[in-house]
Amino acid sequence: MTEGIWAALYILLLAAFTGYEVICRVPVILHTPLMSGSNFIHGVVLVGAMVALGRADTTTEIVIGFIGVLLGAMNAAGGYVVTERMLKMFEKKKGG
Amino acid sequence: MEQIIQTAYFATAFLFIVGLKRMSSPMTARSGVIWAGIAMMLATLATFFWPGLSNYALMILAVVIGGSVAWILGKKVSMKDMPQMIAIYNGMGGGAAAAIACLELMGHKLGNVGLASLAVAGGLIGSIAFTGSIIAFAKLQGLMRERPFTFPNQQYINLIVLVSSVVLGVLLLATGWGFLVPIFFVAALAFGIMMTLPIGGGDMPVVISLYNALTGLAVAFEGFAMGNSAMIVAGTVVGAAGTMLTLLMAKAMNRSLANVLFGAFGQETTAAEGEIKGSLKPIEIDDAAIMMAYADKVIIVPGYGMAVAQAQHKVRELAEALEKRGITVKYAIHPVAGRMPGHMNVLIAEANVPYEKLFDIEEVNPEFSNTDVSLVIGANDVVNPAAKTNPQSPIYGMPILDVDSSKNVLVIKRGKGKGFAGIENELFFKDNTRMLYGDAQDVVGKLVQSLKRL
Repeated sequence: MTEGIWAALYILLLAAFTGYEVICRVPVILHTPLMSGSNFIHGVVLVGAMVALGRADTTTEIVIGFIGVLLGAMNAAGGYVVTERMLKMFEKKKGG
Repeated sequence: MEQIIQTAYFATAFLFIVGLKRMSSPMTARSGVIWAGIAMMLATLATFFWPGLSNYALMILAVVIGGSVAWILGKKVSMKDMPQMIAIYNGMGGGAAAAIACLELMGHKLGNVGLASLAVAGGLIGSIAFTGSIIAFAKLQGLMRERPFTFPNQQYINLIVLVSSVVLGVLLLATGWGFLVPIFFVAALAFGIMMTLPIGGGDMPVVISLYNALTGLAVAFEGFAMGNSAMIVAGTVVGAAGTMLTLLMAKAMNRSLANVLFGAFGQETTAAEGEIKGSLKPIEIDDAAIMMAYADKVIIVPGYGMAVAQAQHKVRELAEALEKRGITVKYAIHPVAGRMPGHMNVLIAEANVPYEKLFDIEEVNPEFSNTDVSLVIGANDVVNPAAKTNPQSPIYGMPILDVDSSKNVLVIKRGKGKGFAGIENELFFKDNTRMLYGDAQDVVGKLVQSLKRL
């Protein structure tokens, strides 16, 4: 069990550094779209909520799990649409 | 099956990072979100094959309902309302993380105290991001007043609520008493609300960004508790990137994070304001049109007011009408014009204004002194000279567009109100400033017509 935790902590360390590196030199005009993009990426919480709902037994658990999946799906789908709409603007400029 | 799911999650994590990297440069940004979208589909589909799950019907139902509602709302919302949409969808993610934590803690499904503490921490952070984002959404959407909501000893009461939720969490870990779970979540959810209430509308972007980072962190913690590597990687990357983005954003707005969270920005600062000399001088539409028609160079300074009035298309028409007369037209975009850094660029791009005509603050500021007319449309704080001259002003030190150094300034403004920061703008009282009151779309439309008649 402890081995698993240590491996996970190393993942944490590397992922945190990756996130920092990716963002640290980003132009101001992309702040809003990027915030939206990272908001979409944490929508992956959906998969955790799905597993949690899938393991739920009692009615209370199922209700909470259902809400979790609902919220996670909204985060993922809404985050994607909003980000994609904003970034579409930037692509148009490439040609013009 | 296990191996297939793990492979899919690994690919997901990889694609998320590639997607985020591509999103951080304007040229590749669109493809970045598409990569990340593919990754999300992959992870979601793979999860259906997770061994030993039940309740599939409900799972699919929730995914379909949640996904389609959010999709449709996200498609329909206007560009000016993007910041609050990000806030609300972010809140949903925090809520989902909290729901996971709740289930993990209720069922005593966690192997050891280490994992349980991560679940508790994720639940706390996720709950705060959930209710905090909802308040942020409500403030920006105009469902509640944007002004800070304050009451005596607020800081202490907030601190007590935060400490109690932490204590409840620790107690829950130590005792495993099931009845503590709901109390813990109520305290955490309450703290999210209380933390956001005293923050004014102008500071919301920074706060939304902070909650975005917090949700990422909560997702990572729940990922640990569940042994889900896609959640760990995605959550941590977003947590780190979001923290960085929050600091960059606070810097662009000339605010420190501590100031945003604990300061009283937007409170009445009338005492600190100097007396403003001069008066507000209105001008007729036709006179304003003539002033621009005989100029050599016009700089347009768009602000949030332009976005609210949906005037960006009319503004482009105006710019084109001026260019037909051989006048040089440029757009000056302040980094925090609109509601968030970069928001204005998106709004202007929506109206098909060519990229080359947008200039940021460093490029355009030296040009104002040889500009005949600066047209300020619904912008206020970003052109307020008090940021340079009045050390008592809450926006003192923020870089501003030096509109006041141009020969003439035209200001289109809805009424005589103040900007986000809630302070008077002495620019409007200057001798070379003329005011055009009204809805930006309406006024700019009339200016275009008036120009065509000349």
